[in-house]
Amino acid sequence: MSFKTFRGGVHPGHYKNATEKMPVVPARLPAVAIIPMAQHIGAPCEPLVAVGDEVKTGQKVGDSQAFVTAPVHSSVSGKVVKIAPCNHPLGRLVNAVYIKSDGEDTWHEDVRPHPDWEQASPDELRKIVRNAGIVGMGGATFPTHVKLSPPPGAKIDYCLVNGAECEPYLTSDHRAMLERPAEIITGLRIIMKAVNAPKGYIGVEDNKPDAVEAMKRAAAGLADVEVHALHTKYPQGAEKQLIKVFTGREVPSGGLPSAVGCVVHNVGTCIAIADAVCSGKPLIERIVTITGSGINEPKNMLVRVGTPMEEVIEQCGGFKPDVRKVILGGPMMGLAQPTVENFPVIKGTSGILCLTSLEVELQAFSPCIRCARCVDVCPVSIMPLFIGSAVEQGLYDRAESANAMDCIECGCCTYVCPSKRPLVQWIRLSKGDIADRRAKK
Amino acid sequence: MEAKLVVSSSPHLRRPESVQSVMIDVLVALFPAALAGVIFFGWRGLLTMMLGMLAAMVAEAVVLRQKNIFGDGSAAVTGLLLALTLPPAPPWWLVVTGSVVAIVIGKQVFGGIGNNIFNPALVGRAVLVVSWPAHMTTWLRPLDLATAATPLAPGAEPASLFNLFVGAVPGSLGETSAFALLLGAAWLFYKGLIDWRIPGGYLGTVFLMGAFFDGTGTLPEMFSRGLFHLLAGGVMLGALFMATDMVTSPVTALGRLIFGIGCGLVTMLIRLFGAFPEGVTFAILLMNALTPLLDNLTLPKKFGEVAKLQ
Repeated sequence: MSFKTFRGGVHPGHYKNATEKMPVVPARLPAVAIIPMAQHIGAPCEPLVAVGDEVKTGQKVGDSQAFVTAPVHSSVSGKVVKIAPCNHPLGRLVNAVYIKSDGEDTWHEDVRPHPDWEQASPDELRKIVRNAGIVGMGGATFPTHVKLSPPPGAKIDYCLVNGAECEPYLTSDHRAMLERPAEIITGLRIIMKAVNAPKGYIGVEDNKPDAVEAMKRAAAGLADVEVHALHTKYPQGAEKQLIKVFTGREVPSGGLPSAVGCVVHNVGTCIAIADAVCSGKPLIERIVTITGSGINEPKNMLVRVGTPMEEVIEQCGGFKPDVRKVILGGPMMGLAQPTVENFPVIKGTSGILCLTSLEVELQAFSPCIRCARCVDVCPVSIMPLFIGSAVEQGLYDRAESANAMDCIECGCCTYVCPSKRPLVQWIRLSKGDIADRRAKK
Repeated sequence: MEAKLVVSSSPHLRRPESVQSVMIDVLVALFPAALAGVIFFGWRGLLTMMLGMLAAMVAEAVVLRQKNIFGDGSAAVTGLLLALTLPPAPPWWLVVTGSVVAIVIGKQVFGGIGNNIFNPALVGRAVLVVSWPAHMTTWLRPLDLATAATPLAPGAEPASLFNLFVGAVPGSLGETSAFALLLGAAWLFYKGLIDWRIPGGYLGTVFLMGAFFDGTGTLPEMFSRGLFHLLAGGVMLGALFMATDMVTSPVTALGRLIFGIGCGLVTMLIRLFGAFPEGVTFAILLMNALTPLLDNLTLPKKFGEVAKLQ
């Protein structure tokens, strides 16, 4: 069944065949796990351990008093050797706890299953999810317990699970759906219970028919969960677009999905929730797709959070000599990194994409020829060309009135622009300026 | 190795299409019409087109001080489009003047590619029409190249719809063959370089106005007058290749439809009630001037605008 689709979007090549048929293999435990105190959107954590402390796998090593935050846990057992800054995908240094592994992987005594979760209250479920440090695993890393706490009065009708994986190259969600469909369903049911949603939908792009089948089998017999194949189009997995596709509802500009009675979670997040609730495991590992023309052996790996990226790359046969770009995430929204040294895999690292020289050639941009390709592909129906011209001239207030703040930064406009104009980059630039000015008011 | 990692903003994938590839696609799309021009009007036609393109490219290269004469290809497109709107055998200086005016006055004084308000080729043509009206209305009959009037001129010898369709009628170099123009436009549609709304609105309006204001009562007669206005003169060239110029037409879907309808309306008002037999050039130039306004008036509703946030 082909589901209806959303307005705009693009069809880049999939580039998924290198890894889509490769089962997830566990990566080696890191020699020294680097646990950054900020792996989420929100307040960074404070370390709960000191240099010299013995810690065990799954032990909480950082937390914060703020509401929008997520605690971090040790992914190995061993000894804290230093607390120092490490590299972070957002291009800044964050404080991290370095834990030298003893190789034993002894789990902490707090890691206990909650077999009777079906009887737990929504508050108890949220508490479990918060303490497990779960964040949105699609890459946005928004703390999950916050999304499980809809504003008072909001009634949630639908709980959506995003298995679209519309980013080219990435196959971690695909493999998760093939290998752990039961946990995804369990995670969904826990979310539905926590937000009191009567109906759950799972959406998978139809370029992954085996994943659609696997999820349908897992959901068979459940009256309140439906699995749907979605049209393969980027950005099918964008939160607001997914809601529109499934429910026909449009999240108001500047609003949250709960405003239209929806919550959206990634399949990886569902598995993390199921693990946290059913087996008590905090979020200390995730599936990472290591791929691209610049890596010798592309793989899907189950990697402990905090594993230095260099170790992961080494387990994939290392870089090819002409690697020129390393991107965390997919090619459409992922973040290019200047280095992989002193740089751990974190909760939001869905992929490590390594590209070679030919693919990263920087192109000079030229004036807009008003072809309106960006207008045609924009999933939120704004006019990227006008915002781009405004920002080019430094007219940020005009960018604001041209709805720059509604941009979801999917990158479709830049992808199609024949003049190679860096439209999303300009829009991001204006967003920063607009946010600053709004804050001053 | 790591010192060489490139950091740039996402997306890290780009479509291969470039401004130059777009312009080459337009040149490819114009090829059938150019070929028809050479078949019907001979080697003088070919010379006119080569001269038009060369003059435009040289003018652009001089203004921009660039060594690569082809550049992004937009000057070649402008030169060829202009040549296709000229009579089959104009004096050489007319072609050169038109191309230079198109590039310099029509395009570069506004800031170059992407910044011009009016279609450069039509600016060049408009200047030639008002400056040398005699040269610009010296039409030739196809093949035997005898002087003749275009089918739109009052008292011209009647042309069959079939001849109008294939292009065997007197007229501008590249405007006569609707068949060749449609063939080329199909390429642009296939490449996604033109939106149906502009030619659709333009041709639809011309057909309806021709049928209702130039037809005489009976349905078949109205139909054939509508077709006549579609196929005669520069409407096909204008609707498929001039009005659809990206730079000078609206970027919104509704704006494009209104733009197309406006072009058709003004063309037919000039043809039926104006002083000139043909109105394509000035219709499109007039609508070009309205493009920024149309864009602003037809902005699409952004995602999530339906429900106001409580």
